[in-house]
Amino acid sequence: MDRRKFLIGAGAMLAAAPQALWALTENRASTLINSLVGDINRVIDSGKGETAMFREFERIFQRYSDTSYIAAYALGVDGRRASSSQKKAFSKAFQGYISRKYGKRFREFIGGKLEVKGVKKVKKWYEVSTIAYLKGQSPFEVTFLVSDRSGRDLFFNMFIEGVNLLLTERTEIGAILDSNKGDIDALIAELKRLS
Amino acid sequence: MPFLLRPLKFVSALILAGAVAGCATQDPVARASGEVFDPYERTNRGIHAFNRGVDRLAFRPASKGYVAVVPAPMVTSFSHFAENLSMPGQMINALLQGNLKLAGNAFSRFVINSTVGFAGLADPASEFNVPAVDTDFGQTLHTWGVGEGAYVELPLLGPSTSRDAVGVAVDFFTNPLGYAEQNTADNITIYAEIVRRMGDRGNYSDTIDSILYESADSYAQSRLIYLQNRRFQLGDGKEIQEIDPFELNTEGF
Repeated sequence: MDRRKFLIGAGAMLAAAPQALWALTENRASTLINSLVGDINRVIDSGKGETAMFREFERIFQRYSDTSYIAAYALGVDGRRASSSQKKAFSKAFQGYISRKYGKRFREFIGGKLEVKGVKKVKKWYEVSTIAYLKGQSPFEVTFLVSDRSGRDLFFNMFIEGVNLLLTERTEIGAILDSNKGDIDALIAELKRLS
Repeated sequence: MPFLLRPLKFVSALILAGAVAGCATQDPVARASGEVFDPYERTNRGIHAFNRGVDRLAFRPASKGYVAVVPAPMVTSFSHFAENLSMPGQMINALLQGNLKLAGNAFSRFVINSTVGFAGLADPASEFNVPAVDTDFGQTLHTWGVGEGAYVELPLLGPSTSRDAVGVAVDFFTNPLGYAEQNTADNITIYAEIVRRMGDRGNYSDTIDSILYESADSYAQSRLIYLQNRRFQLGDGKEIQEIDPFELNTEGF
C-alpha cells in the first residue's frame, strides 16, 4: 500500500471511528431491549402457571434491570436512614413485589408485540423508544432508559405514554411507608406480603 | 334543551371557568422541579372517595357486565360512534389551536365515518389512513398559553386540572351537534360518551383496578399518573427529566 493511499484510508477511518463507536452503543442499547422483549414473550408463550411465570419475570427483571438503582430510587430519601441490612432486605422484597405487580399485567401482552423504534443518547444514558401493539388497543409509546453505570448494559427506568414507572413506584412506596408511620421494617414486611 | 338557553349557559360556563382558573397559581420554580400543585387536596380527596365509591358500587360492575355481555366488536363500534360524535367539536378546537391539518383530519374522519362508516359505528377513516384525532378545549387553552393550574378531581369525571376542567365544561356546552339538532342529538352525545367510558372501564379493568383498589394511596397514584400522561399528551413534558443515574447513591441496595 503506498503512503498516500494509507493516509487517505487512515483519515477516512478516523472520521468514521466516532460514529462507529456511537452506533455500537446505540446498538447495544436496542439489543438489550430487543432481547428483553424476546425473553418476556418466551415466558408468556410458555403457558406456565401464574406463580411459575412470576418467578421467571423476577429472573428477567434481575437480569436486565439495574435493580440496585431502581430500589434506591423507589425508597427515595428514606433510604438515607435505612441500615445496610434494611437496604438489602428492601431491595430483595421490592424485586419480588414489582415482578408480581407487573407480571400480572403481562397477560395483557399475550399476542402483542413491542417494536424498537429508535435510540437516542441523553446525557449519560440512552433512551430506547418502542411502540407497543397490544390486542384490541391502539398502539402506545413505551420508552426504556438504558445505562452502563453498573458496568453492564441495564435498563433503569421505563415510561409508558409519559408515565414514569419509577416515580409511580416511589409514590407507592412512600404511601406504604406513611401508612406504617415510617417504619422501614414494616414496609419490607408489607412488600413481602404483596409478592 | 331550549335553543335560546344554550348561549347563556355557555357564557356562564366561561365565567365559572375563568373563576376556577384564576383561583390559584403555582410557583414557577416548584413547577419546574415537577412538583405536584394540589392546593385543594382535602376537597379532592373527598371527591376521590366519592368517585371510588361510585365506581365500586355502580360503574365497575356495570362496565364489567357490559363488556362481558356485549360482544367485543360491538363495544368497539359504540366507542367509534361516541368518538365520531365528538369530531365536529374537535375540529373547532383544532381550528382554535391554529392547527389546520388536525382540523382537516377531524373533518375527514367525521365525513367518512358518518357516511361510509354507518353513522360512525365503524371506523373506515382509519383504514384510509386518516390519522387519529384526540384534542379538546383544555389543549386549546394550553396552546393559548394557559398554564395547567391546580390539580382537581371532578365528581364522576375523575382526575383533571383547573385548566382542563374548564376545557371539559366548554367542550360540553359548545358541542356543535347540540346546536344542529333540536333535542335528541345532544342527549345522544352524552349517552354515547357514557357507553364509551363503560367500554374503556371494562376493557382496561385490570389497569384501573390496580390503581384504584390495589395501591396504598389511590388518590396520589391517580394524580401522578394523570398529570404525567396529560403533560405527555400535550407535549408539555419537557425532555424526559431524569436524575442522573450516576449521581444516586445506590450503595447497599
